[in-house]
Amino acid sequence: MDYSQFLAMKQEIGLLIVFLLVFLYDTFMPKKALNATAGFTCVVFAIYTLVSFCCLSACETVSAFSGMYTTGPVMSTIKNILNVGVLIVLIQATQWANSEFQIMRRGEFYELLLLTLFGMYLMISARHFLLFVIGLESASLPLAAMVAFDKQHYESHEAAIKYILTAVFSSAVFMMGLSFVYGLTGSLYFTDIYAGIGAEHSVMLIMALAFVISGIGFKLSLVPFHLWTADVYQGAPTSVTSYLSVISKGAAAFAFLVILVQAFGLAYSQVWEWMLYALIILTITVGNLFAIRQRNMKRFLAFSSVSQAGYIMLGVIAFNTTGLASMMYYILVYIFSNLAAFGVIGAIENATGKVNMDDYNGLYKTNPKLSFAMMLAMFSLAGIPPFAGFFSKFFIFTGAIQQGSTAIYVLVLIALINTIISLYYYLLVVKAMFINTENECVIPTFRSSCSERLGLWITVAGILLLGIVSFFYNSILSMTSSGGIMIDL
Amino acid sequence: MFDNILIYFVVIPVLMLAGVALCKNVKQIRAVAVVGSLALTALSVYLLLDYLHLRHVGATAQMLYTGSWAWFTPLNINLSVGVDGISIAMILLSSIILLTGSFASWTIAQPKEFFLWLILLSTGVFGFFISIDLFTMFMFYEVALIPMYLLIGVWGSGNKNYSAMKLTLMLMGGSAFLMLGLIGIYYHSAPEGQPLTWNLLEIARNGAISENWQLFLFPMTFVGFGVLGAMFPFHTWSPDGHASAPTAVSMLHAGVLMKLGGYGCFRVAIYLMPYAANELAWIFLILTGISVVYGAFSACVQTDLKYINAYSSVSHCGLVLFAILMLNTTAMSGAIMQMLSHGLMTALFFALIGMIYGRTHTRDIRQMGGLMQIMPYLAVCYVIAGMASLGLPGLSGFVAEMTIFVGSFQQGMTDYLAGAGSLRLVFTIIACCSIVITAVYILRVVGKLLLGPVYDDHHRELTDATWWERLSTATLIICVAAIGCFPNFFINLIKFTFSPEIFSVLNFTQHSGIASVLGMN
Repeated sequence: MDYSQFLAMKQEIGLLIVFLLVFLYDTFMPKKALNATAGFTCVVFAIYTLVSFCCLSACETVSAFSGMYTTGPVMSTIKNILNVGVLIVLIQATQWANSEFQIMRRGEFYELLLLTLFGMYLMISARHFLLFVIGLESASLPLAAMVAFDKQHYESHEAAIKYILTAVFSSAVFMMGLSFVYGLTGSLYFTDIYAGIGAEHSVMLIMALAFVISGIGFKLSLVPFHLWTADVYQGAPTSVTSYLSVISKGAAAFAFLVILVQAFGLAYSQVWEWMLYALIILTITVGNLFAIRQRNMKRFLAFSSVSQAGYIMLGVIAFNTTGLASMMYYILVYIFSNLAAFGVIGAIENATGKVNMDDYNGLYKTNPKLSFAMMLAMFSLAGIPPFAGFFSKFFIFTGAIQQGSTAIYVLVLIALINTIISLYYYLLVVKAMFINTENECVIPTFRSSCSERLGLWITVAGILLLGIVSFFYNSILSMTSSGGIMIDL
Repeated sequence: MFDNILIYFVVIPVLMLAGVALCKNVKQIRAVAVVGSLALTALSVYLLLDYLHLRHVGATAQMLYTGSWAWFTPLNINLSVGVDGISIAMILLSSIILLTGSFASWTIAQPKEFFLWLILLSTGVFGFFISIDLFTMFMFYEVALIPMYLLIGVWGSGNKNYSAMKLTLMLMGGSAFLMLGLIGIYYHSAPEGQPLTWNLLEIARNGAISENWQLFLFPMTFVGFGVLGAMFPFHTWSPDGHASAPTAVSMLHAGVLMKLGGYGCFRVAIYLMPYAANELAWIFLILTGISVVYGAFSACVQTDLKYINAYSSVSHCGLVLFAILMLNTTAMSGAIMQMLSHGLMTALFFALIGMIYGRTHTRDIRQMGGLMQIMPYLAVCYVIAGMASLGLPGLSGFVAEMTIFVGSFQQGMTDYLAGAGSLRLVFTIIACCSIVITAVYILRVVGKLLLGPVYDDHHRELTDATWWERLSTATLIICVAAIGCFPNFFINLIKFTFSPEIFSVLNFTQHSGIASVLGMN
């Protein structure tokens, strides 16, 4: 075996080095130095993110291990986007990781988190379903441990059990689909499958795709596979929830696109376009309608993220380079907006333990800066200009409509009407903070920690700049459209 | 980029935002607001004169001061600006109302946040009027909508939570349709094989939107903008929203934001899709005709001053859309005049109502009376506004409505004689009735509120207008009278857009009257 093939996996190797550094630091450093574990991880990861960002321009399309693994500019970009998100999560988690109950286990939190990120890297780069499944499992099993991190809370345990059961179940469904695919084509390489299914659309293929899509649908919490989402988001520690809602979702969405395009591209118009069509409508609508009634902020954001996943899927159904670029951009913007929201929730939870929307009444009077950040996050999630969310929504719709069929116009119209519903519940949060100021404010004035403020400043800067500064979207789009959607992935 | 004068209409509000954010006390905030809006007003007056001068020396381009800067290049999105007489009229209107609105909110609570949102709103308004790129236009359009939620929700009165949410959701619902319409236009903006564009002028020049697509996209955009133009049956946000909003917000919203709807319908829906405008005009004529009459009738039975004016706005803004749908130059010029006139007059109304409410703490006309004896200045201003509203010659309302009805009648007759049905004629006659109904509700208010005996003896101690109130109302009255006395000046301003060489792009072939009917100077 030619070991130099491993050099293709530069980003994975970099991540492993970060992981090992954190692991060694956590294991062998004297107890006093352990107080800096969080800071150490953030710094090392920031350096890694920066280096991998700088290497982006030199990135070429390479594949290794006889085509099982491929990386290229587009994949490096999505990995970089995830890196930025993880960095923000790490910064925001500092305060929580150093709290009294987590202090013994904070090292494990960082190690598990980096491991799951590694799994997501594999999911993105895999061009063989075996490697993909390895990535999928290593991205989801450690997450269950992270969900259960709040040992002293009953909800955290319940959430972990729910999460692991659904993860395992969805993997089983997914692999059931794979066995069908293998039966059809005799291979698990994406290229072979692409060639093998050809123009023939047997019932077997439809079954296979149904299983594969539902398997990943669980990860993405698409309706009707979303039932675990709210409970897990609510029970998990806020830092884990934010990780789960943006990074895990973003990686799964991209991997989903890769599978559908690379392996099942030929079955697009006759099989999975319609499956996705139904899933998107259900996901956006049900997610939105359920979010309206939520009073717990984490459950609220859980349903909001369900519906956001539907919008991300619009980039997949577009099936063109604009859609691909818009999806990546959407993920980037979504990371910043959602992390801003979770940053505020986490800061308030750490300081006061309050997570209900009613507790946010009059927040503007006591904590104007936090409520301002929250408002920006809500506006960005709802797609209000001049914040980044508007641009990402507009572009994802533009990408979808480029596909051109009448059905897509109907789908986009449904999605657009849903943005109005979503605007309603996002405005409820704004209303609680800014308008409901008559009664006593539940949350007293407090000063959040440095790390929390840093995280919020980064996310707020992202919300304000990612849209107006056209560099980000332009560079993603020009990169994806330099080749066809098939070649580049 | 910064050598284009139009950019400063966005730059100045952004600087004002930064200025207000840095302010320490209320005096500084007032200073920033007044200086900024004075600068905007001065700039727009300069723009107006310079534009007329350029036209006078023979500039023939459809839009002047055009500029275009790449933004999202792969999607052909540019930051394109350019104005013609119509946009300049709207910009002038916006800056005047922003200025008077700043004076009207002299003593508002939480001034810093209030002015931040108010200025953000006006950033959107100015940006909308200077853009000729559909994407930029839409972006600024939405920027102008969302601050309304907080402005009404925090500083409003009455049933403010309900009204704020209703207004925001309905307007955003309109913009959802609009967004689909605009993206659809983009993908049909150029003939096969040529690069797509978001630029209004290029799309109109290409004329590549096929007839079937026009029939689909026209209702999307017209309804999208029409919601903001208070078109029946999407007008219900307007009375609640205006009634709950604080004074300056009512002024800006009724005075300027509702014009965004009319302007958008004209500039995007009709201008880009003339075929569908011709085909589908009848549906929207019926709807806007209903707005005109229904709004006026509703105003007759309201007892809350703000509701009266909100319904009167529905009626008057309905007239704007109604006139635009005549697809006739005279009526369209009238529509633009009506936008100007209604903007100024309704701002004056809302300013006065705010001042009266601030003193009497009630807006119910049944609980007030004889205010003429107590606060003669405000009462006289109210009468002048009322007279403008019911179309007294010499004030702005007369010029606008006269032009509209002459144009509509002309078009109605042309249709009728050409055997194209009598719908326009019938609806013109119906809409004409609204003048009479307007007189009913205006005179009713004037009689009950201002004249007659003093209803409540507590009101006798109330004071007349303060200097800043006098300043803002006097400015508006001067503008209203200026339009009424010198209509030719304004007709000249917008005439060029309706000149045959520009207007023929629209090519409403079925109606022969268009090219022959020039402006009315």
